[in-house]
Amino acid sequence: MKTRLAILFLIIFLAVLPAFAGKYLLYVTIHILLLSIFSLGFNLLFGYTGLLSFGQAGFYAVGAYGCAKILLVYPSLLVGILGGVALAGVASLVLGVLCIRHTRIYFSMLTLSFGMMIFSLAWKWRDMTGGDDGLVGIPRAPLEVPGVFKINMAAMESYYYVVLGLSLLAIYLFQRIIRSPLGLTLQGIRDSETRAACVGVSVRKYRLLSFTIAGLYAGLAGALLPPLESTVTPPVAHWSHSAEPVLATLLGGIYTFAGPIVGSVLFYLLKDIIVRFTEYWLICLGVIVVVLVMGFRGGVVSIFLKEGSRR
Amino acid sequence: METLAFQGLIGLSVAMYLWLLASGLTIVFGVLGVLNFAHGSLFMLGAYFAFTFYGLWGVNFWLAIALSLLSVAVVGYLMERFFLRHIYNQDHAYQLLLTFGFILIFDDAVKMIWGGVAKIPAMPSFFEGTVSVVGRPFPVYNLFIIGAGLFVAVLVWLLFEKTWWGKMVRASASDREMAGAIGINIPTLFTGVFAFGAMLAALGGALGTPVRVVAPGIGAAMIIQAFIITVIGGLGNLKGAFVGALIVGTLSAYGVLLFPVFELFLIFLIMAVVLMIKPQGLFGG
Repeated sequence: MKTRLAILFLIIFLAVLPAFAGKYLLYVTIHILLLSIFSLGFNLLFGYTGLLSFGQAGFYAVGAYGCAKILLVYPSLLVGILGGVALAGVASLVLGVLCIRHTRIYFSMLTLSFGMMIFSLAWKWRDMTGGDDGLVGIPRAPLEVPGVFKINMAAMESYYYVVLGLSLLAIYLFQRIIRSPLGLTLQGIRDSETRAACVGVSVRKYRLLSFTIAGLYAGLAGALLPPLESTVTPPVAHWSHSAEPVLATLLGGIYTFAGPIVGSVLFYLLKDIIVRFTEYWLICLGVIVVVLVMGFRGGVVSIFLKEGSRR
Repeated sequence: METLAFQGLIGLSVAMYLWLLASGLTIVFGVLGVLNFAHGSLFMLGAYFAFTFYGLWGVNFWLAIALSLLSVAVVGYLMERFFLRHIYNQDHAYQLLLTFGFILIFDDAVKMIWGGVAKIPAMPSFFEGTVSVVGRPFPVYNLFIIGAGLFVAVLVWLLFEKTWWGKMVRASASDREMAGAIGINIPTLFTGVFAFGAMLAALGGALGTPVRVVAPGIGAAMIIQAFIITVIGGLGNLKGAFVGALIVGTLSAYGVLLFPVFELFLIFLIMAVVLMIKPQGLFGG
């Protein structure tokens, strides 16, 4: 009950945020939401299925470039986002078939190489992706269903509500997924592949499903980016961008539902606070990562959970 | 024809440079079972130390290299002794994450100490000039790198095949528990191997300084190269890393000529194909 109340307050807070927040705060909040979606998908693969991917930025980029390409030709926000997500879904399904052949370090290396292949396409395939300049002048097209409604997106507030709505939907669906038989099966595979296989679970099929869902989430986060920034550049596909959800998830907590979301907030909060004192914020992040891995593998959320259960 | 041969020699020098980079990574993985994400950062540190000793303080070039190797070996020692050692029994993922944390730390530490601007170290005078190969000028320095790479290959081979320490390392790589049971001090040995791997990374970084810029972030770029090579050759396989370096080096030398647009894509494609078909690498057993 307490948690439900807290969640309700949080949603109300986010809903009224544009009333008193400035443009910068809204902009940062949108980025936090994007990283949350991105990290949730990543964590389905890592925390719930036990597969550490270093190529998620590739699917993020497919979503981002896909949405940007569509918006440049056909300015409709809905079509752009759905198109981007669909493309990322297809890409992750196809590459997933190849990636889930392996686990552990080989899986990480395989996802890294596919992610970097997408990066090299974004970087070098100038006709399609604009090369290292990226795609520019992407319109924040109106949200429109022809003949039903049309909402202008020029104001940051309007777009904020689109992102917030989609994020909440994605988070709600994620919660449904991990509590469903699918989510439990994935955790079973993570804990013991052999045992899962013995009770008749098609391990590969479930891993592929997990991989595709993670790709869809990455694609959604990516597709929401170009209307915000009005550009997409190759660094979104680079492996160092794949590290962001890894860090956010590690900060918040790996095996928990809320971990990646809390971690995404912390990621931007830490950045914002530390940057005020020193430009060397990555060294602080690095130290935090080392401390977390050495001593607090459950992340921040698990520290609170433990506190709660002790009382 | 001459272009092809000449480009092959260029490729060989690139390959030997990459071999210096990848050898330490594959040794550490082969023995400790840890894929060190921060190996590229140790490479970067090697370059920075060499730049400081030689370029800033005017120490003799060879002495500067030796000092740089020692310094990075100390960094490696500290990393293994106080951090990695404590998570060997954890999932592979945590070792990747821990060493990833070190990339962030080293990158910013380097910026703090040396500043964010790329440094361009001076070339020692004895590396200047060219020799004539198939009627074209070939830099003396590249020739030196080829020699250094082959020298290190022989040295590492001798170390592991012919010395008592090498035998202990191979024993504990194939069966950690059994090696411990017959009296090999595994933790100390592992620290030594990690420091040795760090030293090889530093050697690559230090020897690269005469021709490459020294900048923060080169570690993150180099580690991906090192991953590609070690994966193609088989993680933990030293011979494989040598051949992997030859493949990637040659490919990038010819790739620049033949298909400049898709060179990068092709290299990652090869990595992925090897992983899918033969994850133990081209030379894995």
